Amino acid sequence: MTYEFDAVIVGGGGAGLYAALEASQTAKTAVVSKLYPMRSHTGAAQGGIGAALGNVDRDRPEWHAFDTVKGGDYLVDQEAARILSDDAVRAVYDLENRGLPFSRTPEGRIDQRRFGGHTSNFGEQAVKRSCYAADRTGHMILQTLYQQCIKNDVQFYDEFQVVDVIMNGRTVGGVVAFELKTGEIHTFKAKAVLFATGGFGRMFRITSNAHANTGDGPAILARAGIPMEDMEFYQFHPTGIRGMGILITEGVRGEGGILRNKDGERFMERYAPTLLDLAPRDMVSRAIMTEVLEGRGIRGDGKIDDFVYLDATHLGRETVEAKIPDIQDFCKTYLAIDPATAAMPVQPTAHYAMGGIPTDTHGRVVDGTGAYNGLYAAGECACVSVHGANRLGTNSLVDLIVFGRRAGQHIAEFVKGSDAPSVSPDADGAARKRIDRIREARNGDGGNPADIYSRMQSTMMENVGVYRDDDRMAVAVSDVQALREEFSFIKPQDTGTDFNAEILGLLELENLLDLSLLTAASAKNRTESRGAHSRRDYPERNDDEWLKHTLARLTNSGEVEIEYKDVDISIWEPKPRTY
Amino acid sequence: MTVTLEILRQNPDAGHASDYRTYRVEVEKTDRVLDALMDITRTVDGSLGFRRSCAHGVCGSDAMRINGKERLACKTLFQDVVTDDDAVVKIEPLRHLPVQKDLMVDQSEFFAKFRSVKPYIIPKEEVVEKEFIQSQEERELFDEATKCINCAACYSACPILDENPKFLGPAAIVQAARFIRDSRDQGLEARLDELDRPDGIWPCQNKFECTRVCPRDIKITKLINLTKREITKYRESRGETVRDGQSV
Repeated sequence: MTYEFDAVIVGGGGAGLYAALEASQTAKTAVVSKLYPMRSHTGAAQGGIGAALGNVDRDRPEWHAFDTVKGGDYLVDQEAARILSDDAVRAVYDLENRGLPFSRTPEGRIDQRRFGGHTSNFGEQAVKRSCYAADRTGHMILQTLYQQCIKNDVQFYDEFQVVDVIMNGRTVGGVVAFELKTGEIHTFKAKAVLFATGGFGRMFRITSNAHANTGDGPAILARAGIPMEDMEFYQFHPTGIRGMGILITEGVRGEGGILRNKDGERFMERYAPTLLDLAPRDMVSRAIMTEVLEGRGIRGDGKIDDFVYLDATHLGRETVEAKIPDIQDFCKTYLAIDPATAAMPVQPTAHYAMGGIPTDTHGRVVDGTGAYNGLYAAGECACVSVHGANRLGTNSLVDLIVFGRRAGQHIAEFVKGSDAPSVSPDADGAARKRIDRIREARNGDGGNPADIYSRMQSTMMENVGVYRDDDRMAVAVSDVQALREEFSFIKPQDTGTDFNAEILGLLELENLLDLSLLTAASAKNRTESRGAHSRRDYPERNDDEWLKHTLARLTNSGEVEIEYKDVDISIWEPKPRTY
Repeated sequence: MTVTLEILRQNPDAGHASDYRTYRVEVEKTDRVLDALMDITRTVDGSLGFRRSCAHGVCGSDAMRINGKERLACKTLFQDVVTDDDAVVKIEPLRHLPVQKDLMVDQSEFFAKFRSVKPYIIPKEEVVEKEFIQSQEERELFDEATKCINCAACYSACPILDENPKFLGPAAIVQAARFIRDSRDQGLEARLDELDRPDGIWPCQNKFECTRVCPRDIKITKLINLTKREITKYRESRGETVRDGQSV
């Protein structure tokens, strides 16, 4: 079928829903999502939204912007960070007014708590900036925005997997989607398309990400020839549940939780004497890996899968139950322990892509030569860049509510002044070919998708993880290239058309393979250490040569070509990063 | 350990009648049931249909009946449902919603009932560029209801829906309660028509099955009763009787 809208929003998480709410003020808008409503991974975010309300401690948006820039190891575009921290305040009030049930101060105002890397007065001391709703802030955002979409009659296409973007030169014409229920291919014509498809943590073995986080938007645009920005910067959150990767919010440390090695030592004292356990995530993850590799993990065998303890027992049962109830629930379910009485075994878990689809501060997709017409991206799949080389805790939610909202507002204006797109009848040709190729397995019936998936996750985890070096990344690049070749031999078992989730799974795997290649190749190319990109062979930050964004393009022959883009350092001079 | 999964398979659109199929899988006792289902699709039978996403009990995609009880497959470990002597796990789709394929059910009606109770804030007053003031006590009054992930486990477990498919169902009432109990909202009046009618809130007979299965530990029956009481109080204050189809 062919549908016609002013605006199509791809993805039903926080960024997509906020954009849809804003765009639908003037534009005929559809949300196209591969999931049912409210299943998106925004709902798993726990700790809070950073915004300088100053409800608890004295605070200023400017301090938030500075922390964001410093936390990102100066690869952040500074004007974008200023917009982020200014708009955060407005967006938090807007969400509250729309019903988001924030936790409250004794005075009845929005309560705030500490989070890693957030300080007052340019690094002086930790500040209470994270606006939270217990430890399910993301769940509340997702619920609130979906509730508002119901109220405003936004149209949803549930379980439609977008597989291609329609481009006429540098102007968008719509998207092509695969309907899970019927297996049919549909064309959505639109004047504006926003990708808000979230992250792609599933390329790594240990991850906090949902099975659905397969980077569909970035992969589709990369195959359309649009370069991806700063893909080498991938965040490993310090505290995932050992072996499973399930997130234990930084809010636990914000409430006073302490990391300890096998000797019971509070080891962060040696790595970040001022902020201690609330140093930025890249630093804490490296500290944990160093403890583990030097034999001070809990098992003490120096192996990469050893772990440390996150201790919240001294906070008292009341605090645990009031401030981190879901964490308590996860620990009881998956570890059979109660964090009020026992320390939690944790290890770094692949968590967040700082890189992605390059955009400006209105969410418009840009490359080295300028903006594309009508093409937008927001949320984790986008790279504005407000996270630079390392994102601060809470800033993911800030990013999606600020830039999801701004993109939606821009779309609402943009569609007024633009004509309906001309879309050729065979605009879905490439997508049909891609799906037929997967269905019919042009090269035969070999290739086991589970095996390819597993080997991709292993090579990315071992070779493009917390610590990196040239040899390991070269292995990852060649492994992933080989897996992409093997992928073309896969033949699905399910030959049916209705609810064929296997086909969807293969489309997702192909997306992850393409993004793994871009990630590994971008990482290998950057010969310095900055933020989350930490190299044994180049341990120092090198501003002379590398204070620039990577733009990595996937060529038709499956190679990666790299260009660069300047970083906006118009407000603060880059300085060494200590905490 | 080796466990036997007996999965109710069906594909109505393709004309496949339902039958239990048996899969023997090697698992750790601490593995999630979801892990085993993922293994089956990846290595044994790619056509097995089920939904999943977050895999740690917050997205609500993978509610199903496991040994007869509604659970999230990602929040159920094998040690919760098997013993060394009895390592058989029966897996079936949710009830009261049409099966699409295997463990996937059509949730359209569930979401239509959810939408019918106006599950969004209807503010008492407008505020601009600041927050509504709400005390910690006022916030606590509706905290439990905000935990709902719309997984439909309660909707499947509710025995009332066996007899009366038009019953609004537990999840939608929880959503109504979430707003009625929120001090910032206009409350009951705006949602009265949907709740105070014979197929609205009144069919509930306190069977507690919803509360028993809720993977978020929401005391659903209690919230339903509190809401019933609010409605009764409201009607009495106006000299009216509730519209449960029986009162006069």
